[in-house]
Amino acid sequence: MLKIGVPSKGRLMDQCFDWFAARGVTLRRTGSEREYAGAVDGLDGVALVMLSAGEIPRELAAGRIHLGVTGTDLVREKLAGWSAQVAELAPMGFGHADLIIAVPAAWVDVDTLDDLDAVAAAFRAEHGLRLRIATKYHRLVRDYLRRHGVADYQLVDSQGATEGTIRNLTAEAIADITSTGETLRANHLKILSAPPVLQSQATLFAARHADWSACRSAADALFARLGLSLPAGL
Amino acid sequence: MSLLRADPAGARAEGQRLMAALTGAGAQPVETPVLQPAEVLLDLYGEDIRARAYVTHDPLAGEMMLRPDFTVPVVQAHMAGGAEPARYCYMGRVFRKQEDPGAARASEYLQVGYELFDGTDRARADTEVFALIHGLLAPLGLRAAIGDIGILRAAVVGLPTTGTRKAALMRHLWRPQRFRALLERFAGRAPVPAERAVLLAALARGERPPSPAPHIGLRSQDEIAARLDRLAEDAAAAPLESGPVDALEAMLEIRAKAPQALSALRDSARAMPWIGDAVDGLAARLDSLADAGIDVAALDFEASYGRTSMEYYDGFVFGLYAEARSDLPPVASGGRYDALTAVLGQGGAIPAVGGVIRPELVVALKGGTPC
Repeated sequence: MLKIGVPSKGRLMDQCFDWFAARGVTLRRTGSEREYAGAVDGLDGVALVMLSAGEIPRELAAGRIHLGVTGTDLVREKLAGWSAQVAELAPMGFGHADLIIAVPAAWVDVDTLDDLDAVAAAFRAEHGLRLRIATKYHRLVRDYLRRHGVADYQLVDSQGATEGTIRNLTAEAIADITSTGETLRANHLKILSAPPVLQSQATLFAARHADWSACRSAADALFARLGLSLPAGL
Repeated sequence: MSLLRADPAGARAEGQRLMAALTGAGAQPVETPVLQPAEVLLDLYGEDIRARAYVTHDPLAGEMMLRPDFTVPVVQAHMAGGAEPARYCYMGRVFRKQEDPGAARASEYLQVGYELFDGTDRARADTEVFALIHGLLAPLGLRAAIGDIGILRAAVVGLPTTGTRKAALMRHLWRPQRFRALLERFAGRAPVPAERAVLLAALARGERPPSPAPHIGLRSQDEIAARLDRLAEDAAAAPLESGPVDALEAMLEIRAKAPQALSALRDSARAMPWIGDAVDGLAARLDSLADAGIDVAALDFEASYGRTSMEYYDGFVFGLYAEARSDLPPVASGGRYDALTAVLGQGGAIPAVGGVIRPELVVALKGGTPC
């Protein structure tokens, strides 16, 4: 059985169903409104698995699902050496979000990463602690700041309401996903003028370590329908 | 791949052989806990260490790391009560996260190390550590690469520019890309972003831009004002002259056998006379190495050697490599870390130099096993 993992609720699920429907593949939820079960109509040997978008990278890496829909941000954050574990099949054109770094708008002396680095050095000298950046994207942000040579900062974990951490004095800057910037402005923050840490969108991934041998014909039929070819090595 | 499958008993036996040689050279064996307080390592290495070291949590002591190296705990133990001069050796496992599934590097491995605390003659101390490790591994026919972070430091300290700029460059000595970007900016050779040009023009007129939003957060309005003053000062300071900047950038590219590198550095010192003493220091070290029987004409000198590792080296640095096995990390590496003892010593500082050997790699190379 070929297993496709898709987000189990909300706009992301609806847009995902629409994307497959536009390519002649009908995904639907089964059972009651609250039951996380689904089906794929019209294709034999293909099963739908409803999952939290945040768990899909892990399920793909473990090979428990063959295909999965999730954000590129989550795959790159959660999987070390992600491209050895999953193959990117198709960007799906929705769920767009940028992972950005923001600081208080009152920091009129700060525009760039260069400034952030200089401020981090001065902040450490003044307060005796490394400048705190609140985020849940530790790997992505750390790699990005290392690539750009920013020092004297620390990442503090924030799994939600990250924009509020600066006002609450638990961080000096944040790194978070934003689509419109409304929440940032409402919290008196501004985005650094620097390339985003990552530009993410919903993407269809294939698991490199899943067992594809038992579902070869279902995979061929599904990939033909989607107009995709199976990546080499699967 | 196979570093993981390499013969563990053989590696331990090799490690014990190396330890016996180091104790024979007068080193006192020391042990350190595997669990190290994360705070000290984070303070030294910054957030990058989290990508390299395993972090765990102790219910009483808080955040801890699985020992990523021995240097820090050995320095701490020495500063807490060791007499000088002191020689220590150790053997044990170190732990480093590996993020690249393709590279197949070991995430835990044995390290045998030697640390020397002696401020009487730095060249002699550098030579002692290098010659000892080089000699122990001589049968493997390794390629030796050396460098000298002290020359880079001297080059920055002497630059004809403001103290603020020199401090910024010094802080990024270990981040070559940012170092280069700063140097180009201070030389006035990097484009000024449009919004920054507007800000600097306003500052030059004595204006201070009003905040478009209420002030929030721990970084105070005074700190923001002070930074604006520094930006204004920096904009008013003369750009670094091209001569020294070009000389420094050219010096960073020097890679040659040690004698040729030394004469290239002498040429650099004509444009940057302030590195003269540091270059003399290298010459003295090479003489001292030659006296110890090292073939200095075979040493590869790289001016930027050691700049991208996370270590805290600030003087002589070295690494020994298996030439036929470019996939392997260095079999041995080390260097001088006087600044580390100053940071850990809370006021005190002791000139220190040390090096480590990886017994698993020694065994693999000796056995010629395809590891």
